[in-house]
Amino acid sequence: MATEITIGIAGAAGDGLDRTGDTLARTAARLGLHLYTYNSYQSLIRGGHTWLRLRLAEEKVDNHGDHLNVLVALNQDGIERHAREVEPGGAIIFNSARFTCDPTLVPEGVSLVPLPMPELTAGLGKIQPVMQNTAALGALLHLIGFDLEATADILVETFKKKGQEVIDQNIGVLRAGYQHAAGKVPALPYPWKFSRKRRPVVTGNHMIALGAVAGGCKFYSAYPMSPASFILHWLAAHSEKLGVLVKQAEDELAVMNLAIGAGHAGVRAMCATSGGGFALMSEAIGMAGMIETPVVVVNVQRGGPSTGLPTKTEQGDLNQAIGASQGDFPRVIVAPRDATDCFYTAVEAFNLAETFQLPVIIISDLLLGEHRSTVDPEAISSQVPIERGEWVEALSPDDAQNGGYKRYALTPSGISPRARPGREGLIHVSGTDDHDEHGILISDEHTNPAIRRKMHEKRMRKMVGVRARLQPPVLEGRAGADVTLIGWGSTWSVIHEAVEQLNRSGVSANQIHFKYMHPFHGAEASAILKGCKRTIVVENSFSGQFARHLRAESGFTVDHVLTRYDGEPFEPAYIAERVKANLAGKPVDLEVQDHEAREMAYHHIRIHMQDRARPGRLRKVAGAAYGETVWAVELVNRADGRPEGMLVIGATTGAGYGWHPTVPSVLGDASAALFETSVGLPSGADSEAATAKRAH
Amino acid sequence: MATVELTVKSLQGAVDPDWCPGCGDFGVLKSLKEAIVELKIAPHNVLVVSGIGCSSNLPGFIHAYGVHSLHGRAVPVATGAALANHDLHVVAVGGDGDGFGIGMGHFIHAMRRNLNLTYIVMDNEVYGLTTGQASPTTTEGHKTKSTPRGNVEKPIQPLALAIATGATYVARGFSGEPKQLTKLIAGAIVHKGFSLIDVFSPCVTFNKINTYPWFKERLYKLEDGPYDPTDLMAAMEKSMEWGSRIPIGLLYRHEKPTYEDTEPVLTKGPLVDQPLGLDQKTFDEVLAETM
Repeated sequence: MATEITIGIAGAAGDGLDRTGDTLARTAARLGLHLYTYNSYQSLIRGGHTWLRLRLAEEKVDNHGDHLNVLVALNQDGIERHAREVEPGGAIIFNSARFTCDPTLVPEGVSLVPLPMPELTAGLGKIQPVMQNTAALGALLHLIGFDLEATADILVETFKKKGQEVIDQNIGVLRAGYQHAAGKVPALPYPWKFSRKRRPVVTGNHMIALGAVAGGCKFYSAYPMSPASFILHWLAAHSEKLGVLVKQAEDELAVMNLAIGAGHAGVRAMCATSGGGFALMSEAIGMAGMIETPVVVVNVQRGGPSTGLPTKTEQGDLNQAIGASQGDFPRVIVAPRDATDCFYTAVEAFNLAETFQLPVIIISDLLLGEHRSTVDPEAISSQVPIERGEWVEALSPDDAQNGGYKRYALTPSGISPRARPGREGLIHVSGTDDHDEHGILISDEHTNPAIRRKMHEKRMRKMVGVRARLQPPVLEGRAGADVTLIGWGSTWSVIHEAVEQLNRSGVSANQIHFKYMHPFHGAEASAILKGCKRTIVVENSFSGQFARHLRAESGFTVDHVLTRYDGEPFEPAYIAERVKANLAGKPVDLEVQDHEAREMAYHHIRIHMQDRARPGRLRKVAGAAYGETVWAVELVNRADGRPEGMLVIGATTGAGYGWHPTVPSVLGDASAALFETSVGLPSGADSEAATAKRAH
Repeated sequence: MATVELTVKSLQGAVDPDWCPGCGDFGVLKSLKEAIVELKIAPHNVLVVSGIGCSSNLPGFIHAYGVHSLHGRAVPVATGAALANHDLHVVAVGGDGDGFGIGMGHFIHAMRRNLNLTYIVMDNEVYGLTTGQASPTTTEGHKTKSTPRGNVEKPIQPLALAIATGATYVARGFSGEPKQLTKLIAGAIVHKGFSLIDVFSPCVTFNKINTYPWFKERLYKLEDGPYDPTDLMAAMEKSMEWGSRIPIGLLYRHEKPTYEDTEPVLTKGPLVDQPLGLDQKTFDEVLAETM
């Protein structure tokens, strides 16, 4: 089996976590490993705390998996929050001069690698606090059996502008961390085979941008919006080199209309946004459909509704994409599955947009857009097909005798060859009112039902041609499986891995994944799904928008919809477990889980207790006078472990039943003992001793 | 096809205007055609982009390329087209509701950019196509269908806004002064940068206050008196003049580089004529940044 490891780096914004993660990712990629990183930058731990997971593997990985093998904690909170998640055989690395690790949080079989920073970096000059990361990275490299030199090369490149002194100091700290760890703990047994094949480390946003440019995009307009902004940043930074005009506009109304104006004038134009911006673009998307202007719009979905969860993932905009703008008009909606697919989807989007003269919506999401993975360099190429569709360069004698160029000629394919403004003899007006073949309005004084009908049919007929070009969905995996998992867009990999897990655990499973949302292969989907034993849609939305879309388009109703809408992406085991529960006939458990009760407690502590406490033990208490079972969560002081009272949280509703200095009597006698035996965090001295003991 | 001699008649559109008899927009259409003839611009090099409203029907009435876009979006569509092909003469047209109401955000930002665009607003102080509601330029106290007790909102001052926001050619015309209007439009098309011509274009059906006689009583031409359109503060003062005397003519002109001049990608010629895609070397270079 291919070797892989998952490393988690926890810290606060400003701890330099991104840079450290980047260095590690590039190191792994240069050693020839594949990787996938998931950066959960969020408020659920404490304000501004981030949690980066890097899954490094000898084979291609496209999700962050289920494991945590090594924790690199850059702050106290990182230890407290994640220490318990480290798997046996793993390790926790932290700066022991600043932080302590409560041994009760550390699972059996996990070793501690405390780094006494001042000692370790003596003689290396003035050490900035952020350099603890570099020492930790050094220790990590030893621990996971990585080559120090690949990382040292990256540090040289990173700091070359800052001069030799800075480079030397950083590499010194890196070596010090490495050597310290090497002297204290043996390397973990990871039998890596490093191919040393270099691969790009990219995001879906990056690949959409690159694919678009390789595919001939010349114009990009945008308004800043997470999580789509990287596309703007990357294209703006490379605008001249790539020959793409990048325009930030005043709002998404302008963005979309700019792109349509540019597309109408004859360039390949694209824009990107997230759900809120997409809503503002909607009317103009309909205009592109009506005046038959090619344009590509990317919706990198985030958690909705409204401002929603700006830094969290969701697949909740499918309805919006399908329903964007008034009336019926031809549109294509494509949902890429991974970074490489993003590249080719952008290329394909332009070819479809120009061939069929319509708006193409690429529907991605934060997970796919922002998370980094390796792609095989040979999997993407500058040599991609550019199909510009049918154009007219000069007026035909026929048209000359019949009122001029017919911009909206009624053709069997529905495609009317277009003319670029500026060409002699082909003058026409493109109007958003319905119009005749020449583009003359038929809407105002002389509404003409017959022309309207044929023009409407012409436009919509283009969808037949589009559909014929698109690859229908296929059943992946073993035929005749007991359960078929159905997904769309960014979840292909995680569902794929869940299917593997299910098969390994004795539940035969396969999958069917959809890329083209519109036009939809309804008949093909129905034919496959009718032959499946049990069908479950897996999607990151509350209401199961895709499951409904599938039913609308194919008439097929799935047996179950496995949703997730807490802002977090699926993990393979999460899916597998819930599939098993469903197969066992268990209802969906919507009770507040223990880790969720802890997160709710963190929120209370941050807002109402100035972060002075952390959640300690927690227990479910039934029969109290709250009208529901509750979570009783002990709080302990972060500094000295003293009790800090108790939070009571409804286990069904999630309601906050308040903070109580002592065990509230309403909980009853049985729970009183809970509070009095609180373990909490040991005092500083005890902790040091415990730490040292665990390390060896 | 034999080249047709460029005349006002040759610029006649595919259909006749559907405006009410006496509508001010007729004068604007005629002056636009005359300006094109005067400047000897081949009509296929003109792209007229409009929004929605009575005046936004104009592209259908002139023999030039046109986009009859969405309500309020003439300026961004025109901007996109102008950036994609800066060899075209792009003229945005529309009404006061279109440009100063629903499209106000775009109006301000387009001027800030100093794109080489001509924007003609047919300002009738009312929403005409929707049968007579108050618009952003409706005067205070004016009773309309949507303000039966009289408009309580202060009208915006488009020219003052334009000058303050960075437009480099700011003029006001009147449908009843066609010669001056032609000159103003021609000047705007020739001008390198964003040109605004706010044209008093009376609505004979729904505005019984701001009528031809009402304007004739008040309007005076800036070119008749000593006036320097390059003087920013003087222009600002003139832009606010309203009441018994209202100035028409060129209020402000300022030469500075256009957006197109300062956009490096456009130094290689119109975007629409540039090659598509990437060569392998560039492709490899940008990918190498991630390795």
